[in-house]
Amino acid sequence: MSTDVNVTLTVNGERVSRRVEARCHLIDFLRLDLGLMGSHTGCEHGICGACTVRVDGAIVRGCLVLAASLDGAQVETIEGVSDSGEIRDLQDAFIARNACQCGYCTPGMLLTAADLLKSNPRPTREQIREHLAGNYCRCTGYHAIVDAVETVAVRRNGKAAP
Amino acid sequence: MNEIIDPRSVDRPNSYIGKSVPRPNAKKLVEGRGQFVDDIALPRMTHVAFVRSPHAHARILGIEGAEALKVPGVLRVFTGADLSQHCDPWVAVLAHLKGMKSAPQRPLPLDRATWVGEAVVAVVAETRAIAEDAVGKVDVAYEPLPAIVDMETALAPSTAVIHSDLGDNLCFQRVNESGKVEDAFAVAHKVVEATFHTGRHTGATLEPRSVLADYNRASGKLTVYHSTQAPHMMQGVFAKHLRIPEGDVRVICTDVGGSYGIKVHVYPDEVAVAAIARIMARPVKFIADRLESFASDIHARDHRIKARMAVDAAGRITAIDVDDLTGIGPYSVYPRTSAVEGNQVVNLIGGPYDFPNYRAKTTVVLQNKTPTCQYRAVGHPIATAVTEGLVDLAAEAVDLDPVEFRRRNLMQDGTYPRTSPAGMKFEGLSHIASLDKLLGMIDYPGLRAEQDRLRARGIHRGIGFASFIELTNPSPFMYGIGGARISAQDGCTVRIDPDGSVLAATGVTEQGQGTEAIIRQIVAEAVGVPIDQVRVITGDTLTTPYGGGTWACRGAGIGGEAALQSGLAVKEAALKVAGAMLQAQPDTLDLVNGEIVEKRGGQSRMPLAELARIVYFRGDTLPPDLPRELMQTRHFITKEYPFAFTNGVQACSLEVDVDTGLVKLLKIWCVEDCGRIINPLLVDEQVRGGIVQGIGGALYEHCIYSPEGQLMIGSMADYLVPMAAEMPDIEVGHVETPTKESLLGAKGAGEAGTAGAPAAVMNAINDALKPFGAKVFAQPFTPERILAALGKVPVTWPGNAGTAASR
Amino acid sequence: MKAPPFSYVRAASLADAFKLWSAAGPEAKLLAGGQSLLATLAFRLSEPSALIDISRVPELTGISQAGNAIRVGAGTTHAELGRHELIHRHVPLLAEAVPLIAHPAVRNRGTIGGSLAFADPAAELPACCMALDAVVIARSARAERRIAAAQFFTGLYATALGAGELIAAVEFPLARAGERSTILELVRRSGDYAMAGVAARAKVSGNTLAEPRLVFFGVGDRPVAAKRAMAAASGKPVTVETVAAAQAALDGDLEPPADQHGSPQVKRHLARVLLARALKRIAGVEEARAA
Repeated sequence: MSTDVNVTLTVNGERVSRRVEARCHLIDFLRLDLGLMGSHTGCEHGICGACTVRVDGAIVRGCLVLAASLDGAQVETIEGVSDSGEIRDLQDAFIARNACQCGYCTPGMLLTAADLLKSNPRPTREQIREHLAGNYCRCTGYHAIVDAVETVAVRRNGKAAP
Repeated sequence: MNEIIDPRSVDRPNSYIGKSVPRPNAKKLVEGRGQFVDDIALPRMTHVAFVRSPHAHARILGIEGAEALKVPGVLRVFTGADLSQHCDPWVAVLAHLKGMKSAPQRPLPLDRATWVGEAVVAVVAETRAIAEDAVGKVDVAYEPLPAIVDMETALAPSTAVIHSDLGDNLCFQRVNESGKVEDAFAVAHKVVEATFHTGRHTGATLEPRSVLADYNRASGKLTVYHSTQAPHMMQGVFAKHLRIPEGDVRVICTDVGGSYGIKVHVYPDEVAVAAIARIMARPVKFIADRLESFASDIHARDHRIKARMAVDAAGRITAIDVDDLTGIGPYSVYPRTSAVEGNQVVNLIGGPYDFPNYRAKTTVVLQNKTPTCQYRAVGHPIATAVTEGLVDLAAEAVDLDPVEFRRRNLMQDGTYPRTSPAGMKFEGLSHIASLDKLLGMIDYPGLRAEQDRLRARGIHRGIGFASFIELTNPSPFMYGIGGARISAQDGCTVRIDPDGSVLAATGVTEQGQGTEAIIRQIVAEAVGVPIDQVRVITGDTLTTPYGGGTWACRGAGIGGEAALQSGLAVKEAALKVAGAMLQAQPDTLDLVNGEIVEKRGGQSRMPLAELARIVYFRGDTLPPDLPRELMQTRHFITKEYPFAFTNGVQACSLEVDVDTGLVKLLKIWCVEDCGRIINPLLVDEQVRGGIVQGIGGALYEHCIYSPEGQLMIGSMADYLVPMAAEMPDIEVGHVETPTKESLLGAKGAGEAGTAGAPAAVMNAINDALKPFGAKVFAQPFTPERILAALGKVPVTWPGNAGTAASR
Repeated sequence: MKAPPFSYVRAASLADAFKLWSAAGPEAKLLAGGQSLLATLAFRLSEPSALIDISRVPELTGISQAGNAIRVGAGTTHAELGRHELIHRHVPLLAEAVPLIAHPAVRNRGTIGGSLAFADPAAELPACCMALDAVVIARSARAERRIAAAQFFTGLYATALGAGELIAAVEFPLARAGERSTILELVRRSGDYAMAGVAARAKVSGNTLAEPRLVFFGVGDRPVAAKRAMAAASGKPVTVETVAAAQAALDGDLEPPADQHGSPQVKRHLARVLLARALKRIAGVEEARAA
């Protein structure tokens, strides 16, 4: 048993092997060990959602996951889903609608929005708000974000049932 | 001098002003490729964590850092005594706020801690985690002292004085008076009064306060990467207090993850970081974590306001009388001071209305709580809540519909310029036009009919209104005349590059609100090039004109005007060269879409890139005495008006669950007149974001203290910020009354939403509760307070107090 | 807010977990989803010497039907719980509760075992377990123990688990015919810990409730089975009078603390409101608005 742990995991499709401090959470691992600065911390206790990233296909609070526990895991960050083009339409909609102001909440917000559209292709505005209810944004007041997500959902899958 | 292009002429190429052009810097942000301070890593970078006072007030008897220094990876431990050898203290007062007093403050205190969370000792280590480990091992011996925690008794003779040199706990007091208030109340047809409370709350920027300071001992230069709103101001502050020549200090503000006023102040722990960098000659990084942010970011809006309004039999306001008390921290905050919020409250109450008699007193008292200072909309939400709350009470007292009461009392359109009873100079406002526009957006009779229908079924909806004014485009009358080195002017340099592209460097900063976008639009239109040919740089004191940064909604009106004028000057200079090259009079030519064209007929004569090539590489082909200044700088300062006041009006529709006290926001509407709009999309989103921020203070956010001065909120589970599921859709409309102070005619817009939202929400709640005769005036309007107003649970501090007394 | 230093090891099996746990000593803690534990460590409210990661212990996973019960492995995440067919069919109260727990990203990692072991008094699942008469299957290195949910929560963040004991699974009786359940909570914002909440279950015929279970959360140091209120509602039709009687009886069941939402009287009041709403919803009675 040690305070330092070896992990091998895949980050944005790239295999990574590191020795990490046991206490190091995934966001600090991404930022400090791998130089992936797109994932942010805003509270480090799992409430603000700025740290939302994907582990094995599911969105998680990166600040509430130990890097040490991710041996063999697949991690995707905003950089990965940007480069792959997976969320291009969401990103374009955010830009067009000015749903991104300071940009600090945006990576987490986008990953959560992408997660919503995976499980609910035709969300109502209320459902969009509910799914994003764990992502704090101080700049936009959320209306523009809801508009952007709704626009993408409609373009992809058609209108939501009333 | 070239004329302003009419932004409504949509056929004109390069007519970007007034258009919703997307932000050029948004792409990197949505891809997670921005650069926030914490994204920057420098060689040999160290990290700071602070030992923070657990006492509201205590003498520091001794500091023992030996155990902390033993932790592997710990480099240094600094006390107030250590830093005071390298850093001069500051006192945050403004000369024009007569009688204001505050005690000298240092980056780390010498002998007393005066609020819970005050940084007392700095630990420097190789990582933040190690620094935090070591913080736990620093031994500080405290002797607790009496803590001043109740603003109502802060000035009582029996209350201990925080700084004995000051004599008492009074920071500032002022009475703003005009007309004959007592006479007016004596003969009033009706008098209404209430005691309002606004709850102390804070900005909770998602990116916490962040600073990375690096001192190069060889060159004597201090470089500070700072998540700040005012890099030039900070350059001056670091230079002055660390005794470094101003020219050897460079402050670089890259991407900022939200500021809203929180990041325009001088924080002792951030100055400590710069001092430590100076001492260690290594990069030193400090990123405040959420826990310490609650206790060390500035708080704001902790007020108790007793106010009354007199109305005559025609339903006209005759007088307003206000007694405002606010409890700040133990120090006024540098350099803007903590008296400005109270001062603005007494300057802004009653602002939209036409009435003759006004008296407002503010008393600003020191306390052993987190220091307070300017936070988005400074004083406006408080002033608007008081004003609009009294207006609704008065409307009820004289049996007038709240909209009708406002219509009778708002300053009429077309009666400007004029000065308010509080002494505020208005160039031109549009209260009535805005109200009319708002009514066109909501279906007011429909909302009332629905309200009646649902009331019969036990569902209680309310509609609330709030008219407001907002100060923007500040002149030196706000800070400069008080002696603060805060710049009310701003500058922009525009440069045409050899390929015909344009670079604009501006002294206003990007905080996410869209500064880069609007400067780009303005410069592109002014010069006459396609917008994608323009790049904007901001935030670096070394490479931008000296400016004031972002605060009090000055980016568009002041920064934008400087950009416009410098862009027009560059175009003029280019056309002079073009005239020489084309053997034509410059005034027969124009620059459109990056081409030199004939004004008459529009025929293209040469690309701008060709002109630039000649100027930069073939100057030998031009007449020897020809000026060829393809780089122009202009500065702008407002001339006649201390502020460019804007106006607006909001309406809020909500539902109160009278069993649980929970409030459901249904919809909000806002009409905002911010003069000429540069980018409607950006302005609307500023309004929306500002409204939700105001709702935070109205319904959720509260920095609660124990009687001993312990801050009771320490996590995002205690401190409730608005989240998406509870926020409504917000409809925004505009009236445009440009200012004549500038070519651009733009006023500011960033804080209007916050100014009006709490009042609209309060009035809507009280409208919903009308059948019960219940009213709430203490923010945040929590379920407990609403249930207490309904008599369903006992009243706890502070009690709700609101009466409509009639004579 | 960096966690204090600790050692880390991952258990490959239940037996492995007990071996590692015993070797690590009493200052070690078990790490499942980490949604509560890691937040606690970020605030340095706890300084464990080691974390033993049990998130991949196969014996703790899975949802299955075992006779008249649904067995839920302690390592089941809230997300898995909320979408499982057996839960929707046989333990609908849990399916109704899951969307109320925090937010999607937290539900993807947080586990039912973690929620019960952490025993936050404002959490949903502990109250649901009590309302459902669930049984906690506790395991130590040597033995297995079945602990009724009603006995499991012993105080503020305190459970009946002994030293060296972990939650292996939770068993829920199958919902019977004619049984209805609901969970209602009052929150300032979606996903917040409740100001007050109630997990309710009863056999319903007409609008009469039999064997009601009314378990309140967010109103004390642990979930509270409102025995007097249950007795007042039992075997009676849900009318304005019986609701009022149950509300009056409820006062004797609760001893709420003050908290950031308000005085104890606020919680009493909210609990009364929730009681009325829960009874009416289970009985399928139209919500009549009181003045």
